[in-house]
Amino acid sequence: MGAVGTGVPRKEAKDKVTGNIKFVGDYISPGLMHARLVTGTYAHALLKNIQTAAAWRVPGVKAIVTGKDCSFLTGAYLEDRPPLAADKVRYYGEPVALVVADSELAAKQGAEEVRIEYEPLPAVNSVHDALRPGAPRIHENLGEYRRVKPVFPETNSNIADRVKVRKGDMGKGWAGSEITVEASFHLPQSDHVAMETRCVRAEIAPDGRVTIHSSSQAPFVIRKLISRYFLIDTGKITVIVPAVGGSFGGKAAVQLELLAYMASQAVGGRQVKLVNTREQEIISSPGRIGLDAEVRLGATKEGQLMAAEITYLVDGGAYSDIGAVMTKSIAADCTGPYKIDNVQCDALCVYTNHPYTTSYTGFGHASYTFAIERTLDMLAKKLKMDPWQLRRMNAIAPGDTSPTLTGLTTSNLGDTGKCLDRVKQLINWDEGQVVTGQDGKIRAKGLSALWKTSSTPTDARSGAILTFNPDGSLNIGVGAVEIGQGSKTNLAVMAAERLKMDVGKVHVMMEVNTHAHPEHFKTVASMTTFMAGRAVLEACDDIIHQLLSMASIVLRCSPEDLDVAGGRVFLTDNPNMYVDITELVHGYKYENGNSIGGQVIGRGSYIMRHLTEMDPETGKGNVGPGWTVGAEAVEVEFDPGDFTYKMLKAVAVLDAGKVINPRIAQAVVMGRMNMGLSLANREGLIYSGSGVVENASLRDYKIMRFAEQPQYTVEFIETPQIDAPYGARGLGEHGLIGMPAALGNALSAAARVELNQLPLLPETIWSVKEGRP
Amino acid sequence: MISFDFEYYRPDTAAEAAEIYQVLSGAGKNPLYYGGGTEIITMAQSNQLKPGAIIDIKQIPECNVFEVRNDEILIGACLNLNQAAEGNLFPLLSKTARGIADHGSRDKITIGGNICGKLIYREGVLPFLVADGEVVISGQNGAAARPLSEVFSQTMQLRPGEFITQLKVKRSYASVAFFSQKKTKQAKVDYPLLTVAALRQGDDLRVAFSGLCTFPFRSVNIEQDLNSRDLSWESRVNNALGRLPGPVLNDLRGSAAYRLFVLSGALRDMLTQLKGVGENVSNA
Amino acid sequence: MFQMLDIGPLELNVNGEKRTVVARPADTLLYALREHLGLTGTKNACETGDCDVCTVLIDGWPVKSCHMLAVEAVGHQVNTIEGIKGSPVQTAFLAKEAFQCGYCTPGYIVTAHALLTLHPDAEDEVINEWLAGNLCRCTGYQEIKEAVLMALGR
Repeated sequence: MGAVGTGVPRKEAKDKVTGNIKFVGDYISPGLMHARLVTGTYAHALLKNIQTAAAWRVPGVKAIVTGKDCSFLTGAYLEDRPPLAADKVRYYGEPVALVVADSELAAKQGAEEVRIEYEPLPAVNSVHDALRPGAPRIHENLGEYRRVKPVFPETNSNIADRVKVRKGDMGKGWAGSEITVEASFHLPQSDHVAMETRCVRAEIAPDGRVTIHSSSQAPFVIRKLISRYFLIDTGKITVIVPAVGGSFGGKAAVQLELLAYMASQAVGGRQVKLVNTREQEIISSPGRIGLDAEVRLGATKEGQLMAAEITYLVDGGAYSDIGAVMTKSIAADCTGPYKIDNVQCDALCVYTNHPYTTSYTGFGHASYTFAIERTLDMLAKKLKMDPWQLRRMNAIAPGDTSPTLTGLTTSNLGDTGKCLDRVKQLINWDEGQVVTGQDGKIRAKGLSALWKTSSTPTDARSGAILTFNPDGSLNIGVGAVEIGQGSKTNLAVMAAERLKMDVGKVHVMMEVNTHAHPEHFKTVASMTTFMAGRAVLEACDDIIHQLLSMASIVLRCSPEDLDVAGGRVFLTDNPNMYVDITELVHGYKYENGNSIGGQVIGRGSYIMRHLTEMDPETGKGNVGPGWTVGAEAVEVEFDPGDFTYKMLKAVAVLDAGKVINPRIAQAVVMGRMNMGLSLANREGLIYSGSGVVENASLRDYKIMRFAEQPQYTVEFIETPQIDAPYGARGLGEHGLIGMPAALGNALSAAARVELNQLPLLPETIWSVKEGRP
Repeated sequence: MISFDFEYYRPDTAAEAAEIYQVLSGAGKNPLYYGGGTEIITMAQSNQLKPGAIIDIKQIPECNVFEVRNDEILIGACLNLNQAAEGNLFPLLSKTARGIADHGSRDKITIGGNICGKLIYREGVLPFLVADGEVVISGQNGAAARPLSEVFSQTMQLRPGEFITQLKVKRSYASVAFFSQKKTKQAKVDYPLLTVAALRQGDDLRVAFSGLCTFPFRSVNIEQDLNSRDLSWESRVNNALGRLPGPVLNDLRGSAAYRLFVLSGALRDMLTQLKGVGENVSNA
Repeated sequence: MFQMLDIGPLELNVNGEKRTVVARPADTLLYALREHLGLTGTKNACETGDCDVCTVLIDGWPVKSCHMLAVEAVGHQVNTIEGIKGSPVQTAFLAKEAFQCGYCTPGYIVTAHALLTLHPDAEDEVINEWLAGNLCRCTGYQEIKEAVLMALGR
């Protein structure tokens, strides 16, 4: 049949072009109650008083929930965040109260009538501010917070976590370095801007059963946290996720779900809908980390990298959430895909009075990659060496070790060298990095290599249950969410391949239901194809085993004599002797009525193997099952007169291991490239001096638009990962990782100035050129 | 969602509109004339505006004309920006209007609404400022055409109850050399760092700006500098930079210093494109 | 003079059918379509007119339904994604994989369908102008451009 590697359209395609697909917010019912958030208007202030009397007077208002009504703290690694601010607000836009009403209108009117009195506190407005001696403390009780997983907050500081990586011998590294280069970098926080804002519905049945509908990447985590914080058995909680309107990591965080539960509780369990406005989506719910970095690299005169000393200061905002996990992930892959034997990296997750942060496409890798890859270009300049050559000669390879000392093999590591070779051709590097046109415009190219492993928990797991319909078509039941990445279709492709059946006869369900579907860790880290894929393949093998064994009785032969394909089980040596699987999948019935076998139900599961936590002192640990590597390049046309530029081309070559579905793989990688360029070329939260976010709307927070994109080229190298389904490595978010760095390198070359901050606005280039602060 | 209520009126004539305004105003309903409504809806959602009634003037016939009558081009205030651009009776307006917001918004934003709006940019007024346009103002006492230069000073100076029904420019302005340039921070669809609209009338350049200060303006002083044919372009531009009518905006779209840098570039582009009679090109 | 003083019935013409909704004068068309008529194919994503996700056709022209009052639509033909069936734009979006999560897709289909109807010979400049308002966070826009070109027969 050969479904893998062919371009199978998305299963849900027709529903998406007709407006028929349903997202959480598309459920309309007159009985629905509506909740609205009241959010803080200071970045850092004591809450003196919350007056709700006027809000209660609004007709239709049924309940008002404040921080006093919830006594627990929440967090992914470190429980540091109250679901509603209690004693003080720590960022602009922090949820302070929740108004529940019988209409959306009344909820908004009520929310507008809640009056909050503040006593402003000095705001910590950058990571450097946060680390300054005597800086205001954002969390006075940092030492007392409960740690759910390994995390190392430092008492009496604004440091939520410190991760150390120590590899080799720095003394030796520097001694062997003939050329050194160092630089510092600043990348602001930014936002996911999924087109669907986060939306939740919660209800509590009279017998205590809880049902949550959420636009989430993590339904099973929601179940766990609702259970943990509200002391409800997980068996009494059902979380349902339909299709999700974009997420990019942002919808892996659990926030509104806890609030919606409290809202429902406050109105006697009735179903309550809570949806973010766009402004709340940008500031109140978690966004993307900022990063300040200092990188020092040492190399021999020939360009061999000898030493790397790196400090990454992650602006995680007011609460650690996944920011702390991303800090670990950044540290673990801190050098990029290069062989460096002596590495010292300190990565700190720093509290500031900025909106808190969570996972984001690339999981922090695009940020540190900008710092590393820009430094490499500066090093190449100092070495008078071609930047491509410098990368190629230092590209990491099997036999080397990762910064956390995992041994790299041809299976767990893709081929960075091959990716660099192909990118070089596709971007026409040999033409020269900088070419000045007759009109005075400068065409310039920039490169970046990239790598990423998954950084999941060591016990991350997935499962699959496969059932048949009477027509012989297959249903795939998995707990992975369709967020636009095409995973459901990819799983159908893999099942069709393994069962040698028409992919058109494999059905997927957009909805995930934690009661009906086996647990899937979270739909993050580009791990769905890997983890759920492993589970689906195991379930397919389970089905094949059942079909063969039943058919061997029917056909009076040994199971070893049989094969399954095209909806039949047949004798391998005589395909004309077969039984149609429609006669088997619900039990085989003989002519006299006797039946055997029962339903064929496939069961598969997968759990990560051999992963370990990082050692707190050295970082040593095995943080992921494999590294996806790649190389990217951007070509710009720069106008030296006014510092404006056009992005002409962007190229990505990724080692996919195996491309399961070229259509979807191309599209997803291209989309992430676009997002990476958007981040680099215009995005970033802008703060006032007191930490107020000044661009919390799509009018002021700009993302790339139609016709602003360059010509994209996406290609794949296929170095199979042996333990992955069909050899397919994690793939998707990687398209984003090298884009900011490649753009930074192209523009730095074009403008003949070191551009070490984002976003790369014409004004940014102008001010660096002019030597302005 | 707008969390307060207002009444909606859609009069059929300008007289009816003015009349209902008086009634509503007298009843303390704080009425607002409503064109495309994009700004009113957005601001009402965040309670920055709270009218008790809105008077939708899109049905009034004279607000929808778009024609050449005798030697004048008549432009109804309720034409949306796409209609104004695509009709192309006044090319400088077409070009400038195309720079405002995005296509979908331009299907809704009216030219009159843009000029009378609360946003500081009001780029739609620039072509009329440089073309010595007139506005027809309707109110309780009927309609009258007034020179824009008399009634537009940073904002439209309308008395309570008045609204614009039409804009007019001399037909000759449809065929003069013109220049319209919008500069943004980065994204094409954005408020301007700077929008310049200019035309050449005989030997003289006329120029108006938006995005530079907290209001759009045309400045006689700046025109004098730019038209000083005895000076080099560089000097003219430098002199003009020193004659701005107010502090230069310094906001999240760009610093004041950068705006001035962008302005000097835009003025050089304008001079290049609209070289006056007898200009010495080598001055460039 | 047409007037609407308070919440009450409004007769709208939506997708070729006469529909009555009970709305406030201050309710947007977006809200009325979704909450009163259940036409949830039109999505809400910003409510400030900055993303075009909620675009519908008014007398054939693309308009952001968050920037229009429901009462303003009285007397006009409203077409939503649910009313666009078998458009070459839909076929082209399917063929070119021009969507991922699908949330912004109705806005694109509606806008591009209007473009196809009103400017069947549109050149790049017009296409770019018409679609610059529609935000998409999933795709690289390239596939959307290809789909629109395909629908236009290019």
